[in-house]
Amino acid sequence: MTSPRTRRPEPDRLAYWQAMDSGRLLLMGAAAMLVTASFAVSGVLIHGHLQPQVDWHAAFAFGGFVAFGELLRLALPGGREAAPIAMVGAMSYALLLNEPNGPLNNPKLPAVLVVAVCAVGMTVGALPHIAAGRPAGLTGMCSRLVAVAGVAFIFRSVVVGFLLKNGMWELELAVMAVLIFFGWLIDTVIGALIRADDVGALFSVALVDEMQLQWPLGLAVGASVIITVFSVQVLGLAVLIAFIGPLLVTQVAFRRYAGIRATYLQTVRSLARVTEVAGYVEAGHSRRVSRLAVSVGRGLGMAETELLALEYAALMHDIGQLSLVDPIPGGATVLVSRADQDRIAELGSDVIRRAGVLDEVAELVRCQAWPARGHDPAPPLGSRIIRAANAFDDMVGSSTDRDRSAAAIDRMRLDPVGYDVEVVDALRDVAGRRVPSRL
Amino acid sequence: MTSGQLGISRTMAGAEREVRVSLAARIYIGVVVVAALAAVWRAPVFGPALATTRLSRPWIALGVLQALFLVCDSARAPLTSRQTKWSPSSSATLAAAVLLGPGAAGLVGAMSLVSVRRRLQAEERLFNGAMHALAGIAAGWTYLAINDSVGLLQSGHFKTILAAFAAAAAVHVLTNHGLLWGIYRLNRANPVLRTEMPESSLALLLASDLGYASLGLVIAALWTHMEWFAAVIVLVPLFVARWAMAQFAGEQRAYTATMNALCQAVETKDYYTRGHGDRVSRGAVMIARQIGMSSARTDAIRFAGMLHDVGKLGVPTQVLQKTGPLTEDEFAAIQLHPMRGLEIVREIGFLYEALNGIMHHHERIDGRGYPMGLAGHEIPEFARVIAVADAFDSMTSTRSYREAKSIDQAIIELRRGAGTQFDPLIVQAFVAALAQVGWERPGPAGAPIDLATVTVQDHDDPTAPLQVVVP
Repeated sequence: MTSPRTRRPEPDRLAYWQAMDSGRLLLMGAAAMLVTASFAVSGVLIHGHLQPQVDWHAAFAFGGFVAFGELLRLALPGGREAAPIAMVGAMSYALLLNEPNGPLNNPKLPAVLVVAVCAVGMTVGALPHIAAGRPAGLTGMCSRLVAVAGVAFIFRSVVVGFLLKNGMWELELAVMAVLIFFGWLIDTVIGALIRADDVGALFSVALVDEMQLQWPLGLAVGASVIITVFSVQVLGLAVLIAFIGPLLVTQVAFRRYAGIRATYLQTVRSLARVTEVAGYVEAGHSRRVSRLAVSVGRGLGMAETELLALEYAALMHDIGQLSLVDPIPGGATVLVSRADQDRIAELGSDVIRRAGVLDEVAELVRCQAWPARGHDPAPPLGSRIIRAANAFDDMVGSSTDRDRSAAAIDRMRLDPVGYDVEVVDALRDVAGRRVPSRL
Repeated sequence: MTSGQLGISRTMAGAEREVRVSLAARIYIGVVVVAALAAVWRAPVFGPALATTRLSRPWIALGVLQALFLVCDSARAPLTSRQTKWSPSSSATLAAAVLLGPGAAGLVGAMSLVSVRRRLQAEERLFNGAMHALAGIAAGWTYLAINDSVGLLQSGHFKTILAAFAAAAAVHVLTNHGLLWGIYRLNRANPVLRTEMPESSLALLLASDLGYASLGLVIAALWTHMEWFAAVIVLVPLFVARWAMAQFAGEQRAYTATMNALCQAVETKDYYTRGHGDRVSRGAVMIARQIGMSSARTDAIRFAGMLHDVGKLGVPTQVLQKTGPLTEDEFAAIQLHPMRGLEIVREIGFLYEALNGIMHHHERIDGRGYPMGLAGHEIPEFARVIAVADAFDSMTSTRSYREAKSIDQAIIELRRGAGTQFDPLIVQAFVAALAQVGWERPGPAGAPIDLATVTVQDHDDPTAPLQVVVP
């Protein structure tokens, strides 16, 4: 979405699978095995006439629904991707209740068939993305498929017979809700694992972030699955068409939300560059400081909302210089007096506070020049990070020379009052890697 | 707007003024209310149902659907812009038409009378209630005409049920929008209400209306299994969508506020042009509305106007402060500012058209502008709009070398430049918009404070072109 494309080391020389980390490989391997096994078993069941009837209408309808949903993927904040409509289709198919006199001619739908149909649907839905040159989104698809398979195997092999004998809708609803939650949990945990691996965050932090971000959509998907499963029994497959309208509106709402978040970030990134164009700071300074600060913050276990504030603050940390008549030579605030640094920080903080919505960011900018120790009140962690990242970039700049960055780190380590030791250590770790921001 | 409401209070959300309803509109509302009363009186509350499909507790079902209508009606959210709002309340009316009958559908629609939304005038409540009751009853009769019984949906009759429901939904949407259209026509003299019917998004409105109408069928289908709980579970995805919309609106407000703050920061560098971006933005929006730009483009031009001079930061301070004639190099530096601005905002994803506006806002219709020397309609529309608002604000604000001109004087200057510097149609539109909306000139500038620099020449001022030394 808004993120610069991840820079992988020398991508040309690595095969596609070599460029992937082990977590992704494991997930894709599992999904591939699942799909192969499902196809094989479905084939045996159908050709060996062990499966009395297959309702091909339902298979096509739900497969088409999944493909449609996969086509309309949704970009969520943080460069994530979701396919809520595909998830509704796949989960509904997994949880389909086939009452003896119901409209669905599908007495016993095996879980393997659910997995096979969903896999085909997802693949078909992904093809236009590939044709248009967008990423195939294989990781997300595999994660969704594993979640659906988990739910389908439990429901179709263990629970469904019992439910049909019992016939109470309250019980059916409760069981489905639990299973849908389970499926959501699988998808979310996989997403957090992959993300923690991608951006170098702690898994526990990534999981909480992921859950916080995914629960509203998960709730909508869950309720939609229950609605679909029950209404299909009365109205047949026509419900899938009737229900697509409301689902689309929900999707549009989320798309707009994610869109404005992305635009917001892009705008702050762009406008933060006015200090560069005006010659106050070196080109690329604010962007480099923000990347560095976010990586350090992530390494120190900050949550995503805090990281967003940190990124904004780091991008705009020099905005106060606009109020100076004459640019500081080279823009290196590390070279001017403490009083001037504080004045620039205050001026910048005032600018941001005027927006009325970014007070947290303004506070981080205000405290950015305070020494880590001995200042009363103590500066917040974000400000300490910005201070260190700013000093590092003032000394190293866009250079990738390892000796130079090591010297800069050493210099900061010699000043434990000015720079937080923990922050400098984390900075040393990320300065080697220079992980780009994924926010 | 969907499952439409009389929108008097909606556009008024910002300014809490009372809106007068014209006499013709009052008579119209009276007629609609009488018709609704008559229709509710004549229609049986519960339609004919088969023994197998009759609801066990119809009065409770009616109450639940009325509650659903109220909740949906109160929880409306913006769909596309401030003007267009959806509420899925029509699904409750249509579910009542399917499950209970025309009279019940009318009673569900009539709940609009007691909507818990604030700032509704009595006329609005009456009209909304009557309109929704009429739409519900019409939909109910339509459904009965095709399906000939109401009640729980039976498997095996999908085709008839689907056809009957589709017809009922269409009638509902048509009645709703038809009655609304009437009130807009009759209240047209009122400028506030005139902007209310955004033609460009009518298709979107109808689509989302029909989309939500189909939810009524889903509720009716779910009723077979879970009775009243159908109404509850349907609300979950609706409220999540609404939550996302609210988040969106919040982010958008935050975004605008941040943008304003950053633009102000940029302007602090130059004392006399403070607030210039903001005023140009307002002027550009006035023109955009006058020439009927879509709301999306109006939003884009608002930001383009705000940011049009951001590239001035790239112009060295000495050049901006210079008193005498400029050397050619210095003039070139000033001429470069639209490109500098472009460089800064290029990466902002949504501003496609706005980029053109920023880059070309100093082009002239006769082709003698900069940076590209485009002429006539080669100049993008955004740039032509911003150029007019830009020059107007420059002329009507105080500069170090002259006092501010009056609005009439500035209009005369704009008219003089029409056809050579400005697009005559845009000038005409701006003058018309000025007559309607008015213009607030910036207050007289006090003494500059220490931090700010003072521009001695204004590159935007058409009456005092920059002086360049001829070697």
